[in-house]
Amino acid sequence: MDPKRAKQSPDSAEAIRLSPFPDEALDRILALLDSHKDRSSASLVSKAWYHAERWSRSCVFIGNCYSVSPEILVHRFPNIRRVILKGKPRFSDFNLVPQNWGADIHSWLLVFADHYPFLEELRLKRMTVSDQSLEFLALKFHNFKSLSLLSCDGFSTDGLAAIATHCRNLTELDIQENGIDDISGKWLNCFPDNFTSLEVLNFASLTSEVNFDSLERLVARCNSLKILKVNQSITLDQLQRLLVRAPRLMELGSGSFLQDLTPQQYTDLETAFRGCRNLQTLSGLSEASSLYLPALYPACANLTFLNLSYAALQSEELAKLLAHCPLLRRLWVLDTVEDKGLEAVGQNCSLLEELRVFPEHPFDQEIDHGVTESGFLAVSYGCRKLSYVLYFCGQMTNAAVATIVQNCPDFTHFRLCIMNPGQPDYLTNEPMDEAFGAVVKNCPKLQRLAVSGLLTDLTFEYIGTYAKNLETLSVAFAGSSDWGMQCVLEGCPKLRKLEIRDCPFGNKALLSGLEKYESMRSLWMSACKVTMNGCKLLAREMPRLNVEVMEDEESNEGQAYKVYVYRSVAGPRRDAPPFVLTL
Amino acid sequence: MGSFENDLNLEATELRLGLPGTEESEKGNGFRSSNKRPLSDSEAKQDGVEEKGPKAAPSPKAQIVGWPPVRSYRKNSLQQKKADPEAASGIYVKVSMDGAPYLRKIDIKAYKGYPELLRALENMFKFTAGEYSEREGYKGSDYAPAYEDKEGDLMLVGDVPWEMFIASCKKLRIMKGSEAIGLGCGL
Repeated sequence: MDPKRAKQSPDSAEAIRLSPFPDEALDRILALLDSHKDRSSASLVSKAWYHAERWSRSCVFIGNCYSVSPEILVHRFPNIRRVILKGKPRFSDFNLVPQNWGADIHSWLLVFADHYPFLEELRLKRMTVSDQSLEFLALKFHNFKSLSLLSCDGFSTDGLAAIATHCRNLTELDIQENGIDDISGKWLNCFPDNFTSLEVLNFASLTSEVNFDSLERLVARCNSLKILKVNQSITLDQLQRLLVRAPRLMELGSGSFLQDLTPQQYTDLETAFRGCRNLQTLSGLSEASSLYLPALYPACANLTFLNLSYAALQSEELAKLLAHCPLLRRLWVLDTVEDKGLEAVGQNCSLLEELRVFPEHPFDQEIDHGVTESGFLAVSYGCRKLSYVLYFCGQMTNAAVATIVQNCPDFTHFRLCIMNPGQPDYLTNEPMDEAFGAVVKNCPKLQRLAVSGLLTDLTFEYIGTYAKNLETLSVAFAGSSDWGMQCVLEGCPKLRKLEIRDCPFGNKALLSGLEKYESMRSLWMSACKVTMNGCKLLAREMPRLNVEVMEDEESNEGQAYKVYVYRSVAGPRRDAPPFVLTL
Repeated sequence: MGSFENDLNLEATELRLGLPGTEESEKGNGFRSSNKRPLSDSEAKQDGVEEKGPKAAPSPKAQIVGWPPVRSYRKNSLQQKKADPEAASGIYVKVSMDGAPYLRKIDIKAYKGYPELLRALENMFKFTAGEYSEREGYKGSDYAPAYEDKEGDLMLVGDVPWEMFIASCKKLRIMKGSEAIGLGCGL
């Protein structure tokens, strides 16, 4: 029976008798809910459910750190152990957001120290983290276990030293692709001799050399180590010694694959790889050459994720390697493999679900290397289960994309980057409208879309008409008028994140989304035609949105060059730097 | 016969009137520098201007901030051996074109001289600059590339030696129509 109905009954004794859910049962059931969406839904059922849910929640995900304040967070959820926080707008990854914009973790840590002393896990993406913050974290939270920093900035290897020194119960240290001040590898020596709890260690993106003896001893004494991703300073023979100590690894990131090995060393390496029966993920392999790649063939039988995006492999090398990876689900490569390499993907990887092709030389004046539409086509013929693609290429045609989505209708993530901005179909010279039209028409499950090439408003009409499950849209150098953006805002009910740069969308488009932005996480518009007046109007009409304009030397009179709009229950930022104007 | 000639790379030794680095096979919208002394001097000073070989020199594309969307970390780690235009200290200037809705930005340090810069601008904004001469400015086109120098004066692109231009250019402006005509006729 519906507890809400029972509550509305005027007879309170009646209400108690009719209520089927003793609190203990409700608590038990809600404790089993993991999904954030499910928990959010549960919290809306009734006041009783709201309170039961908030007391039982142990993990919270905050997609925009400025949408809520740490005070509001701790007030609502008293028992949090794990926090996932995302900070800056995604375009900050591409240098579009100035330094010192914000998203500093420290103010959060101060509040957590008082309210979540048993905090175990912190996963941060695009946040600013200082060494002081890392030291504070290490000293104040005695139960701290798991730290993951992705695309963050503001700290150095000294901060990592503090974590290694003080976090006695650390199980995870995952440092990925950050703007880190890489002073030295000495932090690795800071793990105490009696420290054995590490399960995940990822320092692949650091460059400074670590002491190999320290690393070897660490790996030897941490029996639960499942994920180890080392950096380029680790040589092949060192890798062999590590593998021998940790044969139960599930994920491995190798160091440099370039070294002169003696035949004995090669055999030892191959034997070590043969011993790794549990390997599901393999990455690293920088400077890998056909000479030593065969050593890892024995470890590939159970591989589901192969990340070759830092290994400039040629097509032949890739083909030979893939022949040993029958269970591959996810593959990341550099475009050095060319179309021929992608043909090998199509031939060998029938279970493939995700493909990412990164450009080796994204800023080359001529794009006469890399991949084209034929590589993508070849993959689509062989890998019918493809659902996630990120593809950087020099040329594309509408016809190719139409065929690709016919072959693979299950796309949830379609991110196509034709690297020359505003480039048409190279065979017909027409805009790429029909390509993306085909994508949205054929792929009903599409959640994320990134468009490129020469595009008119028609592309956005298609998106608004067909992409009913679209949540994230990235647009650059596209569109003809305000109408394009309006189509998307009016047509995509599930839109959460919209990021736009260098498009002719102005105030009319911006204001057409007035009602929409509160149901979205955020909107980013840069180098478009919106003006300060348009933004001020938006801010005035929608007080629960933060409308931020970034001052920039690029701006003309009255132009709002970089606009970031997001919903928030915390009100305007109190830590905004001088160049961020909150309207 | 043709391939034999290519192997000998006869073009490298060919005597011609153009500046090193400019191709005879350019279409008419290329930058002609036949009688421009400041330009010729500046071009001659630069050594190591490579011949691109028999095929036409590609139009250099201006570097756009944050494009293609490759994460800084990935970009830096792959570009360690190659000169990365965004990591090296470039000189970024705004480029506006009369009538265009938004500005662009380019790194003028990425170009070796006026011909490359002009080609890049023409490519970016889809116009042709016409033929440059000291006396008449840009002839045969509705557009003239101009720049604002350190003193705030509006100058015609091409009048001063390249190195001086790099050091003094603050902003570029592609002017259109009647406004463009006055600039070429001496000061």
